[in-house]
Amino acid sequence: MFAVTSVAILVVMGIALARAFIGPTVYDRILAVNMFGTKTVLFIAVYGFLTERPEFMDIALVYALINFVGVIAVLKFVERFPPPSAQSDE
Amino acid sequence: MMSLIIDALSWACLLLGCFLGVSGAFGVFRFKDFYSRAHAASVTDTLCVFFIVAGLVLQSGFNLVTVKLIFIVVLLWLTSPVASHALIRSAYQTGLKPTLSTTRKESAKRGQS
Repeated sequence: MFAVTSVAILVVMGIALARAFIGPTVYDRILAVNMFGTKTVLFIAVYGFLTERPEFMDIALVYALINFVGVIAVLKFVERFPPPSAQSDE
Repeated sequence: MMSLIIDALSWACLLLGCFLGVSGAFGVFRFKDFYSRAHAASVTDTLCVFFIVAGLVLQSGFNLVTVKLIFIVVLLWLTSPVASHALIRSAYQTGLKPTLSTTRKESAKRGQS
């Protein structure tokens, strides 16, 4: 059961990565990385259940915090120094 | 009997969460415009998390792991909308115009806001 869930989450992470590579604007990339981060949190939690190791919940909690801070930091940076690809959304 | 019901329920929650995740990822991958992609991504972020963690909570019963899982859900419910809002706001501020059906001038002419 958890294996099926972790495989599904891996598929979602793969699709998010694909969007990160393709994404024309830098904001698509940040969006994909943000989604990747939240799915990593889920994957850690499910993997913790898969291998019956309850400490993984703490790791997932810390990762969720770090992911959020990371996204906000990147956004503050990109807002101050927008790269050329920020405006174009062909 | 009771554990059978709980297992079936958690199995259903996990599958529903996976389905929402995959559909959200598919939406992020397929949509044309950045803003619709951002909508697709942030919609599933909260609901997919809820269902998968609900499935896990049903599995783990009533102990410390469940409390940590509830912390994770509450944290993600608070932070991911804020992150999406910050992302979309900064995208709009630095000039990424959404592709609207009508341009601003036409809607102004027709007297819409």
